[in-house]
Amino acid sequence: MDSPVSAEPILQIQNLSIAYPIAIGTVRAVEQVSLELGDAEALGLVGESGCGKSTLGLSILRLVRPPGRITGGRILYHGRDLLAMPEREIRALRGKNITMAFQNPLTSLNPLYRIDRQFLETIRQHEPAVTRPQALQRAEKVLESLGVEPQRLYEYPHQLSGGMRQRVMLALGLVMNPDILVADEPTTALDVIVEAGFIDLLNSLRRDWRLSILLITHNLGLVAEIADRIAVMYAGRLVEVGAAEQVFHRPLHPYTQGLIHCVPNIRVDQERLATMGGSPPDLVEPPSGCRFHPRCPQVMEICPRREPPLASPLIPSPIESAAEAAPQGGEAGRQVACWLYGARP
Amino acid sequence: MSAMFRVRSLSKLFPVERSFVDLLLAGSRRSFVHAVDEVSFDIHEGEVLGLAGESGSGKSTTGRLILRLVEPSSGSIEYRGRDLKNIPRREMERLRARLQIVFQDPNSSLSPRMSVGQAIGHPLAVHRLGDARERRERVLELMEKIGLTPASFLYRKYPHQLSGGQCQRVVLARALITNPEFIVADEPIAMADVSVRALILELMLRLKEEFRLTYLFITHDLATAKYLCSRVAIMYLGRIVELAERRELFSRPHHPYTKALLAAVPIPDPAQRRQHEVVRGEIPSAIHPPPGCHFHPRCPYAMPRCREGRPPLRELAPGHFSACLLD
Amino acid sequence: MNDPRKGPAPASSARCSPAGWLARLLGRLSAAHRKYGLEWWILIAGAAVILFTIYMAAFPRTLARYDPLDQEAGPQMAPPSREHPMGTDNLSRDVLARMIHGSRTILGVAFAAALLSSIIGIPLGLLSGFAGGAFDRVLSLIMDSIYSFPGLILAIAFAAMLGPGVVNITLSVAVIYIPTYFRLVRGQTLSIKEELYVEAARAIGCRRSTILARYIFPNVIATVVVVFSLNIADAIMTEAALSYIGLGLPAGIPDWGMDLSMGKKFLPSGVWWMITFPGAMISTLALGFTMLGEGLSEILNPRLLER
Repeated sequence: MDSPVSAEPILQIQNLSIAYPIAIGTVRAVEQVSLELGDAEALGLVGESGCGKSTLGLSILRLVRPPGRITGGRILYHGRDLLAMPEREIRALRGKNITMAFQNPLTSLNPLYRIDRQFLETIRQHEPAVTRPQALQRAEKVLESLGVEPQRLYEYPHQLSGGMRQRVMLALGLVMNPDILVADEPTTALDVIVEAGFIDLLNSLRRDWRLSILLITHNLGLVAEIADRIAVMYAGRLVEVGAAEQVFHRPLHPYTQGLIHCVPNIRVDQERLATMGGSPPDLVEPPSGCRFHPRCPQVMEICPRREPPLASPLIPSPIESAAEAAPQGGEAGRQVACWLYGARP
Repeated sequence: MSAMFRVRSLSKLFPVERSFVDLLLAGSRRSFVHAVDEVSFDIHEGEVLGLAGESGSGKSTTGRLILRLVEPSSGSIEYRGRDLKNIPRREMERLRARLQIVFQDPNSSLSPRMSVGQAIGHPLAVHRLGDARERRERVLELMEKIGLTPASFLYRKYPHQLSGGQCQRVVLARALITNPEFIVADEPIAMADVSVRALILELMLRLKEEFRLTYLFITHDLATAKYLCSRVAIMYLGRIVELAERRELFSRPHHPYTKALLAAVPIPDPAQRRQHEVVRGEIPSAIHPPPGCHFHPRCPYAMPRCREGRPPLRELAPGHFSACLLD
Repeated sequence: MNDPRKGPAPASSARCSPAGWLARLLGRLSAAHRKYGLEWWILIAGAAVILFTIYMAAFPRTLARYDPLDQEAGPQMAPPSREHPMGTDNLSRDVLARMIHGSRTILGVAFAAALLSSIIGIPLGLLSGFAGGAFDRVLSLIMDSIYSFPGLILAIAFAAMLGPGVVNITLSVAVIYIPTYFRLVRGQTLSIKEELYVEAARAIGCRRSTILARYIFPNVIATVVVVFSLNIADAIMTEAALSYIGLGLPAGIPDWGMDLSMGKKFLPSGVWWMITFPGAMISTLALGFTMLGEGLSEILNPRLLER
């Protein structure tokens, strides 16, 4: 895949932490996560339920609902910290520069309003001076580029099929020509063939509109079809980051390895799927040290004692032979949070 | 291999709900949805037959029809030579000890007011197998086998206190406690986490060996179907469009819909990204499906013949059936 | 997975002794407060009022110094004093004694009426919701008709028809609440009937009676318990109203509603204690049951933690 044109990342998340209190303690949903999203890049944020990826996605537009709160870190967009902005400014950004697409478009679209009205509202929110015909023209253009006939503007959400609704929701997000799209499980509610069409759509948007996409999902097939880079989350922390092909073909973190090898692949004859023992961690009192250590097949003595930092791997994985290991210089931007890779405690 | 089930021309029609205004304007003619449209297939003893398709394909309804959880509108379901339709209700209830089902949402399939032990043991009580002490022992034994440990601890827990994976195991245990020979699995892993899915699939395979089970595996995920099933049937808008042994279907698909479906499945490997576009369009309305072959409006190989009459499910090669007029 | 709803684990050695049991109970109570907040205290307050009233009804002699029917307990219409904390009425009876003994009547009638209503209304609601069809439609029609009558008017009509007496009053009050239980249980049954676990129960091979008893009823019962408590509160008011009008019990039995009616007569002459105390007692008891119901409502419905 093409590397980003400009070297400066468009979105920088630095040491973000999000927590929310519950009856018996505090859930540390996101802990010290740092990520970068490049210009016109698709970054896949992968993890299972409860790992904090959705919470992180919501935090970018400050949509985390109380009692959840952001307890630390910065999110820089074009150099400005989104978390420090006054509410007025963040609202101006939402839907205009940074937009979000959610899992279930039926509940994200207002069922009582016709589609055209929802477009009008969105456009007028950011540019109150726009006239109705102008706004409708822009709506039609964006719908067309997403493969939706302009007549659909005059229908209600329930009259559209699932795939169509998903495209309309995407269109509403894109009508103001944003830089960044945060998509949280956008295809979970879609059938396979419609999902394939949607994947093609996202890929073409990236090329033609120079859109940066943060794709949040647990679907490894989806992320493999779209993402340039992948970040894996477990129990609120980032455990691995790297180029998509490298993460899939040479996963470093034992969790990533387990994840990649337990997914059935229709093109491959698999004798047995690998399984991961143990259960998802308790986020109120997570395991000490590395949060994955109770389930790790390669656990070492240091793992329960100290939490490994996210860093470039200094040595190849012990299970690879020296011949198999790619030269470290070839994997720029590769990071893993695991003691197996020579990190200094 | 003997056929455990013989399904012939099975259909289920649902009347379409209409508002008062519709009734006034459209008159008294009712329209129906053919959720299942004259479906025929066999289930052989010891196999895992997959029913795969997208939404509206009728796969879930077919699974329920086979167990008579839904009454068929027409057609026959023979279980070991007996037509299920003619079996009286009381006997059907007793028969359910041998024919079980696992649903998609494990949490909703368990009564919130029944503990794990009560839920798993209840089928034994229903069929009057053993006294209370024996039942408890059997439940604990099965819980150990299925990985619900520590068994005596989890025995008293309630569904809301368990994880999704544990709930699904409880549901599996409940289905197995009466030693059934056949289980319909309706998307059993769709709601589970990625890592848990592999565990449950492996568990199902292990249990199949140990209990000598036959599965009807209903899914929309073809990758899983390929992994688990020995034969797969592809359904579209209530009809079976292709049915073949697993290797045959995935390496030599015949029906254009099957081909489109297989091409559309996202591959968890960035090196194998799909290069071309998949078939266009969406699944048409089930109330007014296209005439003839339901797939023809979207089919790249459609011929005028395809709109005239329903293409029959014909045998192209031994065991490989396809409902497409192409050669 | 850890369950946040469990309280702190008890020490095993303290399991059997009464002190240990009490400690565990207190531990659970305070843990519950942390979990549930305000509703827990509302429930506790309501429960306290009710328990005290029950004690009053069960052991009136331990609290009342005088006999409620004694017409020579003290001076006539005397204001509250140390001797008679609630004063005396126009027949020289001790008001406090009448309050204490009267609790038995009102509590008994209200409770019995609520019990009767529920015993009739709940099974009918279950059957109607489960069976559907013509049976359901006819029964719903009957119940809706009763429900649409203002409750008190219907109770008055029944009481007038049946005549005085404890049993008749109980019946009159009970009748007007049957539709409440019926509608509630029927509605719940209709929605629970569609749940996946009911279909799973059918798939196990359960008979319909078993499904009703073991899958539907236990899931309905939580809301019913709440309604029961609120129902008693309402029944208290209705019973008090009936005896206020004079359709209640014979004179020999101490009754708050009747005392309220008596007290009203003498209020213009400045005698406030004959009406205030019965009124306060009725209100407090009804409030107690309401608070119990509201508190239970919040606690019994399992709330899922937001993730």
